[in-house]
Amino acid sequence: MRAIGYIAVNVFKESVRDKVLYNLVFFAVLLIGISFLLGQLTAGQDIKVIKDLGLAAISVFGLFISVFIGIGLVSKEVDRRSIYSLLSKPISRQQFIIGKYVGLVLTLLVNVSVMTLAYYVVLGGMAWVAGGWFLPAWEAPAVDPALLKAVAMIFLQLMMITALALLFSTFSSPILSAALTFGLYIAGHFNADLHHFDTVVASKPAGWLAKVLYYLLPNLSPLDIKAQVVHAIPVPAGYLLLNTAYALVYVTALLMGATAIFMRRDFK
Amino acid sequence: MPAIDIDRLTKDFSVGFWRPRPYRALDQLSLRIEQGEVFGFLGPNGAGKTTTLKLLLQLIYPTSGRAEILGKPVGDLEVKRRIGYLPESPYFYDYLTAEELLHYFANLFGYSSVERNRRVSALLDDVGIAGERRMQLRKFSKGMLQRVGIAQAILNDPDVVFLDEPMSGLDPLGRRDVRNLILKLRERGCTVFFSSHVLADAEALCSRVAILADGRLVATGSLADMQAFQVGGWELVVAGLGTASLDRHRSRIRRVTPIADRRYALELPLDPGPEVLLKDLIAEGAHLVSLNPMRKSLEDFFVQQVEQEPVTPARPAKRAV
Repeated sequence: MRAIGYIAVNVFKESVRDKVLYNLVFFAVLLIGISFLLGQLTAGQDIKVIKDLGLAAISVFGLFISVFIGIGLVSKEVDRRSIYSLLSKPISRQQFIIGKYVGLVLTLLVNVSVMTLAYYVVLGGMAWVAGGWFLPAWEAPAVDPALLKAVAMIFLQLMMITALALLFSTFSSPILSAALTFGLYIAGHFNADLHHFDTVVASKPAGWLAKVLYYLLPNLSPLDIKAQVVHAIPVPAGYLLLNTAYALVYVTALLMGATAIFMRRDFK
Repeated sequence: MPAIDIDRLTKDFSVGFWRPRPYRALDQLSLRIEQGEVFGFLGPNGAGKTTTLKLLLQLIYPTSGRAEILGKPVGDLEVKRRIGYLPESPYFYDYLTAEELLHYFANLFGYSSVERNRRVSALLDDVGIAGERRMQLRKFSKGMLQRVGIAQAILNDPDVVFLDEPMSGLDPLGRRDVRNLILKLRERGCTVFFSSHVLADAEALCSRVAILADGRLVATGSLADMQAFQVGGWELVVAGLGTASLDRHRSRIRRVTPIADRRYALELPLDPGPEVLLKDLIAEGAHLVSLNPMRKSLEDFFVQQVEQEPVTPARPAKRAV
């Protein structure tokens, strides 16, 4: 357990030293810049747009970190041969995989937390400029705690994407891993369509195939509750819990797959 | 209990993309290395030395055969606590400093912070990079990285240490330091298994060697006992030797190579010894520059072995070049 922690901290250290956290500056500048522009252009709708944009930006920035660091987590160690010394120490290959994953999730947690903080600061600033925390034209307060639910769901999506990138990183090249991970991220947002595909096609095998794919591919759309929270539509706790459980089970399965592949690998 | 026990260890790799075919990198290697030995694992590039080391570190899995370290199967976490490994041309996390890297690895052994600090400081001094302890590894030269690699390999005071080409990338001073370090490890009872393609390294350090060529063990034992490496003659270098004197003793010399004005390298037969001729030459005004025994070089031996032994049927595919 301790070994996993040390490996994770090292991944985090690598991200910091490789200036991954610089994205936070871009995020803050982007958000402040857009909010300033919106203040000039829209009347009353600006807070809703900035809420939408902010959540989308957290999601996109997180996605890029997940994919671009995730795909190199294992392959970089193997290509550069730093794994030789590491695996000769008293750690197992399972601990290596879990440690790498936890390290990137830790990096994402720090990133998403700081982005969320910046997001709330910008929303607070806009409310202050507008002259109130909850104006009648708005559907929800500016600094709405419900936004945290959406951020939490984004974080779960990122955990799934990171696990996917790590899985691909255990056996394929970084470019292929990136393509596969991005592909599955996109497919994951349209996955719900596969569920009822059998009702719109006559071919039974096609229906079954769609069903299999539905269960196999990551189902990301239920974790996307940005629109609901921005429009103040309540999201039940049971729904959140169920989807959290789904994400964690999916991540566990991916990590087991990654470990199984990694356990059999020869480092030539 | 032997330190390392290798029994018919074999490794095949697949080569080719469209029609993968097996290529045997290591063929039925059996070796037994006792505790406290400094064992040289010699062979030319591509002989299977690194493959063997990777199998012993479980970085790759064998096609057949088995290996044990300190009585336990390779890969066992208890074994990993008691061994050290220096990979060939090591590469480490370049965003870390030498000190941070050693602390990271020391943490994996579960040392307390006091113990960690003590070991890391002592090692940085021992391998001669204490002054660069806070420099990021991306700024290190190849030789300095090799020193970091050696430090991490002996961080845990291992009972068995595997060094893959430990002299590679080092300047003469560095090579001397590594030799001294290996001797120090031997003094404290550590088993050292090191690979090299330089015979001189093995001669200076090893109690026994194994020679590998084309994935097969071709010889094992002490270098002094190996027929192939016994002294076959002498190389005598003298200065101040006149041509008349040289002509007078020509029949006692196998070959003469002029080096500079009145300076010659003389190849002498094993019998009689060089003492009498040397005495005569000195009496005629020559000065001794050097006298060295002549042995077959490791390279000659490899070539002879490879030419002697045809590819066995056990080898399923032609060697990839």
